[in-house]
Amino acid sequence: MLETEGLTIRFGGHAAVDGVSCAFHPGTLTAIVGPNGAGKTTYFNLISGQLAATSGRVRLKGRDITTLAAPRRARLGLGRAFQLTNLFPNLTALENVRLAVQANSGRVLDLLGRASRHRDLADRAMAHLAAVALADRAAAVSATLSHGDQRKLEVAILLALEPDVFMFDEPTAGMSVDDVPAVLDVIAAIKARGDKTILLVEHKMDVVRALADRIVVLHHGQLVADGPPAEIIASDVVREAYLGGAAEAGHG
Amino acid sequence: MLRALLSDNLPRSRWLAAVLIVIVLALALAPFLFPGAKSLNVAVKICVFIVLAASYDLLLGYTGIVSFAHTMFFGIGGYGVAIALARLAPDWGAVALGTGAGVLVAVVLAALIGLFSLRVRTIFFAMITLAVASAFAILASQLSGLTGGEDGLNYRVPEALRPAFRLVEGDVLGVAVNGRIMTYYLVFLVSLALVLAMMRVVSSPFGSVLMAIRENAFRAEAIGYRTVVYRTVASCIAAAAAAVAGALLALWLRHTGPDTTLSFDLMIDILLMVVIGGMGTMYGAVLGATLLILAQNYLQDAMAAASQAASGVPLVANLLHPDRWLLWLGLLFILCVYFFPTGIVGRLRAARGRG
Repeated sequence: MLETEGLTIRFGGHAAVDGVSCAFHPGTLTAIVGPNGAGKTTYFNLISGQLAATSGRVRLKGRDITTLAAPRRARLGLGRAFQLTNLFPNLTALENVRLAVQANSGRVLDLLGRASRHRDLADRAMAHLAAVALADRAAAVSATLSHGDQRKLEVAILLALEPDVFMFDEPTAGMSVDDVPAVLDVIAAIKARGDKTILLVEHKMDVVRALADRIVVLHHGQLVADGPPAEIIASDVVREAYLGGAAEAGHG
Repeated sequence: MLRALLSDNLPRSRWLAAVLIVIVLALALAPFLFPGAKSLNVAVKICVFIVLAASYDLLLGYTGIVSFAHTMFFGIGGYGVAIALARLAPDWGAVALGTGAGVLVAVVLAALIGLFSLRVRTIFFAMITLAVASAFAILASQLSGLTGGEDGLNYRVPEALRPAFRLVEGDVLGVAVNGRIMTYYLVFLVSLALVLAMMRVVSSPFGSVLMAIRENAFRAEAIGYRTVVYRTVASCIAAAAAAVAGALLALWLRHTGPDTTLSFDLMIDILLMVVIGGMGTMYGAVLGATLLILAQNYLQDAMAAASQAASGVPLVANLLHPDRWLLWLGLLFILCVYFFPTGIVGRLRAARGRG
C-alpha cells in the first residue's frame, strides 16, 4: 500500500531521516514511536510531500510518488493531520471541513456556482464534524475554538479528505483528558473499517497499546525496531531508545 | 432575487446596506441628479475605480496576493480600445476588438507572471509585479508610433457615444439624453455587471479556496489544492476585470495616455481604496473608491468654501487654504487606517455584532 525505501533527508551534514525502509498495509494501524528529535515528523513530511527526500523512494499503491508535490499526493489518497494545529484560522469550523470535502469532490474550479448552495458539501462536512463531536461548534470561527476542539477539527478535516492512508501526528497532544477519548474513538472507527492504512505518531504508550497493531521505532532518524506491540515494548532496544527517555516522553 | 444577485454575500450591517443603496442609486441616476460635466466625470471615475478596486480586492483581500501591476492591466485595456479606435474606424467593431484584445493580452500576461512567480514569497512577487509594471509603462511611452508616447492617443468613439448624438428628441427630466449620457450608462451597467460577477466568484467554491490560501497556503496544499494554479486564475480574473475597466475609461475620456491609466499614483489610489474600504469584503471596494474619488475631486472645493467662511480667523483660514487639500487628505487616510484597521466595512459589521 504505502512503502518507503531507503528514505533519507539531510539538512547539511545531519541526516534527520536516514535510510528508512518500511511498508504499511491496509487495515493496519502502525504506531511510529521514538524520542523527541528521532525524525518521526520529518518522516511524515517526506511521505506526505512537505519535504523533498535527499534520496530513497516513496510508493503509494505501487506508484512512485517521491517527486510529486504535496497537493498531488493528497489527491492520490494520502491524508495528513498535523502535530501543530494547522487550520484556516479566520474561517468557521464548518468552512474548514467543507474545503476538505470540496478538495475531495472534484468541483474545485467552479467559479460561478454559489458555495452556499452546495448543500451536499456542507452536509458531508457537518457529518464529519459530528463524528468528532464538534457539530455544535460548526459556526464558530476556528481561531476561537479551544485547543482541544482545534485538534478535533484537524481530525475532522482529515476524515473529510476520505484518504486511503491516514497519517496522525500526535492527535491528542495537549488535549484535556476529557477530549482524548473522542479522538481515539474516531481513530478506532477508521481502523474498524479494515481497508484503511493508518500511521500514528504518538508518545503516550497507553494510546499506542490500545490502538496499534504494529510498532515502528525510530531513533536518530533510523528504524531501529519493527514488530507487534507486545514484543517491541518488551525489547531492550526500545527501552534504551525510547522508554529510557521516559521522563522526556512524558512532556513531549 | 437580491440574495442571488449578491451571491449570498449580504452586507450584514444595516448602515452598510443603507450606504450601498445610496451609492448605487446616486450612480444610477447621476446624469439626472447631478447634471454637469464635472459631476458626470466624477461619477464615471467612481464606477471605473469601483471595478478596479473590487478586482484588486480579489487579489489582496481574498487571495492575499500583493501586486503592483494592476494599473498595467488597466492600461492594457485602455490602450487596446484607444489603439483600435485610432487605427480602425470609430465603430463598435473596433471597440469590441480593442476590448477583446486588451482582455486577452491582460489575461495571458497575468497567467505568465503568475505561473513564473506566484511560487515565490509574497514580497518577491510584489517586487516582480512592480518591475513588470514599470517596464510596461516605459514601453508604452517609448513605443510612440503605436501608443502616442507621453502624449497618449486621442480618438473618436462610435457615433452613439458622441456628444452630438441624441437618443430622443427634447429633454428627459430636464436633461438632454446625448451620447455622453449613453456612454455614462454603458460604463455604469458594465461596471455593475462586473462587480456582481466578482461577488459571485468570491462566494463560489473557487472563492472559498482563495480564502483558504490566504489563511493558510501550507494547509491548502496539504488538503490537495495547488495554490499556484488558484492564485494564477485569481490574477487572470482580476486582470481581465481591470482591462475592461480601462476600456470603459478610454471610451469615456476619448483620450488614453500614461497618466490616465499607467501612473503609479493610480496604483497607490487603488491600494488605499481597498484598505480604507475594508479588505476581503468587495463592498469595501465600493465604499473606498467612492470616498477617495469624491475626496480627490471635492475636498479642494469644500476647503475653499471653509476657508472663505473662516477668512476672519488668521491661522485657520490659512490651514484651510485649498492648496492644503493633500495635507488634509493625508490626515484623513491616517485617521481612517488608525481607527478602522479592518476598513470601513469591517467597522460597520463589528458595530452590528456588538449591538
